[in-house]
Amino acid sequence: MSSTQRDSGASTNSTEAKKTDPRWNEKKCSWASYMTNSPTMIVMIGLPARGKTYMSKKLTRYLNWIGVPTKVFNLGVYRREAVRAYKSYNFFRHDNEEAMKIRKQCALVALQDVRVYLTEEGGQIAVFDATNTTRDRRDLIQAFVKENGFKVFFVESVCDDPDVIAANILEVKVSSPDYPEKHRERVMEDFLKRIECYKVTYQLLDPDDYDKDLSFIKVINVGQRFLVNRVQDYIQSKIVYYLMNIHVHSHSIYLCRHGESNHNVEGRIGGDSELSPRGKQFAHALRDFIDEHKLSDLKVWTSQLRRTIQTAEELGVPYEQWKILNEIDAGVCEEMTYQMIQDSFPEEFALRDQDKYHYRYPGGESYQDLVQRLEPVIMELERQGNVLVICHQAVMRCLLAYFLDKGADDLPYVKCPLHTVLKLTPVAYGCKVEMFYLNVEAVNTHRDRPLARTGGSCLSPCAKESTLMTAKKLVAVFASE
Amino acid sequence: MSTEHKNVTQTPLLKILVLWMGCNLNHGKGSSVPQFCNSPTVIVMVGLPARGKTYISKKLTRYLNWIGVPTKVFNVGQYRREAVKTYKNFEFFKSDNEEAMRIRKACASAALKDVAAYFTKEHGQVAVFDATNTTRERRAVINSFAKERGYKVFFIESICDDPEIITENIKQVKFGSPDYIDRDIEEAMTDFVQRIECYKASYTSIDDEKDRKLSYIKIFDVGSRYLVNQVQDHIQSRIVYYLMNIHVTPRSIYLSRHGESELNLLGRIGGDSGLSPRGLKYADALAVFIRGQQIKDLKVWTSHMKRTIQTAEALGVQYEQWKALNEIDAGVCEELTYEEIQENFPEEFAIRDQEKYRYRYPKGESYEDLVHRLEPVIMELERQENVLVICHQAIMRCLIAYFLDKPADELPYLRCPLHTVLKLTPVAYGCKVESFFLNIEAVNTHREKPTNITISRKSDEALQTVPKHN
Repeated sequence: MSSTQRDSGASTNSTEAKKTDPRWNEKKCSWASYMTNSPTMIVMIGLPARGKTYMSKKLTRYLNWIGVPTKVFNLGVYRREAVRAYKSYNFFRHDNEEAMKIRKQCALVALQDVRVYLTEEGGQIAVFDATNTTRDRRDLIQAFVKENGFKVFFVESVCDDPDVIAANILEVKVSSPDYPEKHRERVMEDFLKRIECYKVTYQLLDPDDYDKDLSFIKVINVGQRFLVNRVQDYIQSKIVYYLMNIHVHSHSIYLCRHGESNHNVEGRIGGDSELSPRGKQFAHALRDFIDEHKLSDLKVWTSQLRRTIQTAEELGVPYEQWKILNEIDAGVCEEMTYQMIQDSFPEEFALRDQDKYHYRYPGGESYQDLVQRLEPVIMELERQGNVLVICHQAVMRCLLAYFLDKGADDLPYVKCPLHTVLKLTPVAYGCKVEMFYLNVEAVNTHRDRPLARTGGSCLSPCAKESTLMTAKKLVAVFASE
Repeated sequence: MSTEHKNVTQTPLLKILVLWMGCNLNHGKGSSVPQFCNSPTVIVMVGLPARGKTYISKKLTRYLNWIGVPTKVFNVGQYRREAVKTYKNFEFFKSDNEEAMRIRKACASAALKDVAAYFTKEHGQVAVFDATNTTRERRAVINSFAKERGYKVFFIESICDDPEIITENIKQVKFGSPDYIDRDIEEAMTDFVQRIECYKASYTSIDDEKDRKLSYIKIFDVGSRYLVNQVQDHIQSRIVYYLMNIHVTPRSIYLSRHGESELNLLGRIGGDSGLSPRGLKYADALAVFIRGQQIKDLKVWTSHMKRTIQTAEALGVQYEQWKALNEIDAGVCEELTYEEIQENFPEEFAIRDQEKYRYRYPKGESYEDLVHRLEPVIMELERQENVLVICHQAIMRCLIAYFLDKPADELPYLRCPLHTVLKLTPVAYGCKVESFFLNIEAVNTHREKPTNITISRKSDEALQTVPKHN
């Protein structure tokens, strides 16, 4: 019987052999995806404004990043489609029979979509984002799950701190489609009454009796405390670990590449060269940038390659080296220019353009490998406050893809120019991005996605030409919602 | 800022880049992952006897040491055994036994003193205080002790009322304890049960309300449920994750290298060659052996390298490939013989013999890097039940060091001969090891540390311990 894994990468040398190797043609899924054997439904539980949607979206982003296809099914969205205009909190009264019928119908429709996603669309995890505060509703979901052979894991968010709740409402509800008029006080008032409607029938998960055989995590007061019950498998264990490491304190993450290196100037990939004179200038400019922004308690992380360390040295602050932040290993192509690669390994070069995310350099790594390697960095970034990560092009693409929810198709083509700092600040359900070009010229190392599928690969980035903006600061704001 | 530009240079052992003038590295180890511990941490076990406290203490300590966090267990029972030479019976533990109470309190204080010495004089990072600590008063004492000295505190409480589990625990570890070594089994059981009763009367569990400012994890019924409160930092987060992944279901882990490879025969390291004819024979013999063991639901793991995959293919069952199980990357020395390494990189060769665990091949890896690479594998091995891991020499050394608690200086010299299966079965506080040589000849790939490890040594001194090859 043959192996069940793909990515033969390192084991066969000729690309001919690779193509006929049955493993090459199988679906190339990540380790995490492989370890997730049954489709799983994650069911959120909690009163409104308890961070359910926040956790749903963040968790989904994380799971997709590590390669486990995941999707959120938000009941509010279904409800808004069924009932075009939201009038007031009275819709949510539990004695409003007509509304109750509509709400139940929405749940059933959403569950149907979950089934399709998990059985026909290749999904592995469905996050059911709704209040799910009654036993009736949860029993309905459990029957559905059992009928379809899915696993189920509940995430209950319990919070009794009025300040946290008020802050949540202000941050996300005021801009919700339900409240187009945005009159803060009225929104707050209506929303608080909405919460009261739910409180009447809320039945918390009961770990000692009724719900003792369920698999769940209770998140209490935004992560101060957790109750974890009956974790069944690998993916549930990872979900628990992730939820226990995220926090909601405001902080910013700064990502940049090392200053321009000598290899960059020559158009060579990989290697361990030193900074060019312009690269050293960037390091100085970076130091000024940090001083300007008066970042308190800024942690600085680099890789263990010369060029990031030289960049960090100029900052005059302590920094930590992570080997796992090293640039992607280009194996036999290390230190070659794209022209040399095209000349020596034309088939490899073409293969890479066909599927840049999964393609593994012979004797080296793929973007998919990088993501797996970088997971501890992401986990630690979630735990920390303000951090500046000085890294490399491929590494920065992977990290950005996590924060901005870029899929595997887009990740290898995300633009990460030299001498540019990206500032990421979590906001509402997404991430605000600000880009700061520090006004020191550098080569462009970005190779765009080729237009044609076969041949016609674009060989070199515009080598000596600087395509960067001359303006010192460019502000771009994207919410990843 | 100085006017001359600072140059970075690579340290010869770890290949870590440091400033030429002065050193900016405040991490002496300079390992591949930053060490996130700043304040020392005291882990305080809480629970009635026979709740698995010592089991957890030892296992956690083994794990933390393996990932490079210096950790030590301080078992108050041992201090008590030193103070009171012979144990008579459970009456020692009665709460109205004043003299005994004085002794027990003194033992706890002595242990705490040793904890402080471990942190300040021995560069320890984590101390596991293994005792019942079942009263609020005792826990408050420990908490103040720690606060005064700027240590962090993390409590681990084990709660279990299942009589079957408790009886099984008592059988597995208590009967072998020095306290009961000359006793009749039934007598020992009765005495121990009464000992537990002595503690029950004054046992106050950590209170979720009153103690909500403390950092702790409560483990219920051997891991079916956990309550985690106020995790403060990275190391506590890792500890919680580890505790939530371990289990006590009986199982065995089988470790083996791939069959003898073509490069093995030539005495070359690394590379990605296929199996030699004898290696193929081993793969068949392994299949026969595994079938003979009649293992329930066996998972088989290999690396991404040809030689482990070929070995697994002969088993005729599904297997999973882990890139993390790939052999150590020897960088510029890949596919060289030791003779060639000596000829081309004599200095590197000598430095490696000086500190084999931390030595990183130029453009390659060190054993220390391997351990960090293998941590997810260990975590998954803890979650799983019966597993056969087909891997490589350096990898197998790292895995064995974890299971058998071997320190860093021994790890790179552990013997992992070809064509031999190691069967590890967790038992009591440790691991039973059985070794099966499957009777198929293979070259020896084990190189002992030579006598002369100085850089100025001669060629033949360097090559003194190289095993024979073609």
